[in-house]
Amino acid sequence: MGLLINQKLVNDETGRQLEKLCPFGAISYTDGRLEIGAGCKLCKMCVRKGPEGVVTFAEEEVMKVNKDQYRGVCVYADSDHGVIHKVTFELIGKARELAKVIDHPVYAILIGSDTDENVRELLEYGVDRVFVYDHPELKDFDIEKYANCFADFIERIRPSSILVGATNVGRCLAPRVAARFHTGLTADCTRLEMKENTDLVQIRPAFGGNIMAQIINPYRRPQFCTVRYKIFDSPEKVENPTGTVERVQIKDEWLESSTEILAVHEKEKEMDISEADVIVAVGRGLKSADDIGMVQELADLLGGVVACSRPLVEAGIFDAKHQIGLSGKTVKPKLIITLGISGAIQFTSGMNSSECIIAVNSDPEAQIFDVCNYGIVGDIYDVVPKLIKMIKGE
Amino acid sequence: MNIIVCIKQVPGTNKVNVDPVTGTLIRDGVAAKMNPYDLYALEMGLRLKEKYGGTLKVLSMGPFSALEVIREAIYMGADGGILISDRKFGGADVLATSYTLCSGILAMGEFDLILTGKQTTDGDTAQVGSELAEHLKVPHAAYVRELELEGDRLRYVSNLDNKTVEATIKMPCLVCADGEVNTPRLPSFKRKMEYGNCDDLIKIITFDDIIDRDETHYGLKGSPTQVERIFEPDKTKEKVIIAEGDLAEETFKILKDRKYI
Repeated sequence: MGLLINQKLVNDETGRQLEKLCPFGAISYTDGRLEIGAGCKLCKMCVRKGPEGVVTFAEEEVMKVNKDQYRGVCVYADSDHGVIHKVTFELIGKARELAKVIDHPVYAILIGSDTDENVRELLEYGVDRVFVYDHPELKDFDIEKYANCFADFIERIRPSSILVGATNVGRCLAPRVAARFHTGLTADCTRLEMKENTDLVQIRPAFGGNIMAQIINPYRRPQFCTVRYKIFDSPEKVENPTGTVERVQIKDEWLESSTEILAVHEKEKEMDISEADVIVAVGRGLKSADDIGMVQELADLLGGVVACSRPLVEAGIFDAKHQIGLSGKTVKPKLIITLGISGAIQFTSGMNSSECIIAVNSDPEAQIFDVCNYGIVGDIYDVVPKLIKMIKGE
Repeated sequence: MNIIVCIKQVPGTNKVNVDPVTGTLIRDGVAAKMNPYDLYALEMGLRLKEKYGGTLKVLSMGPFSALEVIREAIYMGADGGILISDRKFGGADVLATSYTLCSGILAMGEFDLILTGKQTTDGDTAQVGSELAEHLKVPHAAYVRELELEGDRLRYVSNLDNKTVEATIKMPCLVCADGEVNTPRLPSFKRKMEYGNCDDLIKIITFDDIIDRDETHYGLKGSPTQVERIFEPDKTKEKVIIAEGDLAEETFKILKDRKYI
């Protein structure tokens, strides 16, 4: 609320003095720590009459920051128990482009435990400096501990822009940290550009994609944004990584947390076609249940799931949970490949808002070609086996 | 247990107008409803209240029309509601919105648990809950699927990407409910008859009622992000029909160009 405590200047003398001074009883001094509670009315008595420098009032809301004091485009390295989420590399690629415009370094902040392998990977993608917060207690994501480490990084390094992957962890962490620094955060950007004055141009769909909004954060730093996986290109690794590493000494107070993690479970991989990013859907063009193998293989190669249209459920070839359409499930994947599906409205109304539709059908008049992005007029038995071979690089 | 559930009135459709001067979204005149994700948070809160006692109030921010969703929440079982409404709060981005909600909550008094939905269907940022927790200086858990009282703490299960986390958290705290975690109840006709327009159960808070009355913390002034421009996305759907040549190779190229492989 505008009042900042410099805990370094807090001791028994100043702490008790401030506790007594506050007319609303909002300041408490316990276990060597001074806290301003919800009773604070911002009378600023503690700032004016208290020991100098312990409590200060931040005017930064109305002040424009000196942008020259903030350097670097930083990527939060989303590491889940030693596995870096691929969105991180995509963001590093984008960060390199953005940093080049303003001649800033590219940073990565990595929080976790046993991070050596991750550090090496980050350097391979061309990060100039990796800031590592490694501690056994940082093994599991804990919002308070992670936010404290992140805050230390921002306070000391003062990056100009921070890019965070829009994973559940990223969506939890970025807002918490952005709010701590009273700065802006733009969610789910689909395009990022850099102005010469270091303002990050953040473009995102608003209102379910009806309207695009171009957003800037002109007066505050750092500039925070989140970006979903698969929005940007994954960059090539650099040949001779030259980046450096700073291993940060973790302070005990950063590890204080109100959360106690009891157990972390790997999620069971349950088939839900409406959650899938990639779907290979097959219809009446499938001649025999024995041919599902090639459909499944294509789906596996694309990291997707197999779905079907109604006739195959009625024929008993597929379970109803695989069915797309009005009487089945509505899907909106990033990619759907339909194989031998004619495209009756019953089916297309359950999938026509998919991001990319590739339809393979031997009938050039099939309705599916009205809703697709790419129409392949051909026999699935010619196209699919050969396509599988090509993807496998055979 | 004192529970506050944050709810928002969102447009019933995706049609929206844009203020040409400020670049903010004009929300007037669009049929409105309670943000569907807030219903799960509300149901989660009502179940805790029924099991362990205490009070549950809802908090909303917006114009007077938002009283409608507060009434709906009361018909569902909330004990009362607060609407933070002032022109000074308009045009807020994530930071200013969450700060305003924080100010509203501090004006409501003590709480043990703040519940929010996962995201709204209009702003779609999924960030206000986490920022609100930071302003309130309380711990929080997001994407929570199950929530139970355990001694003086809450035990929860949360959905973190490809992991499920079981943990306990100290109160007071904030919890963002995940989507589709329960079946929200319908408003009770009996309660509707009993409470009518809920005049006695709803309090309206304006700028003058909140503690921090520094105008630069609210609304457009308190929003670090600025919308520079709003534009129509490219709607021309590219459509390519390939009937000749090596169809497998053409398909392969499409998959590669669009980065699916």
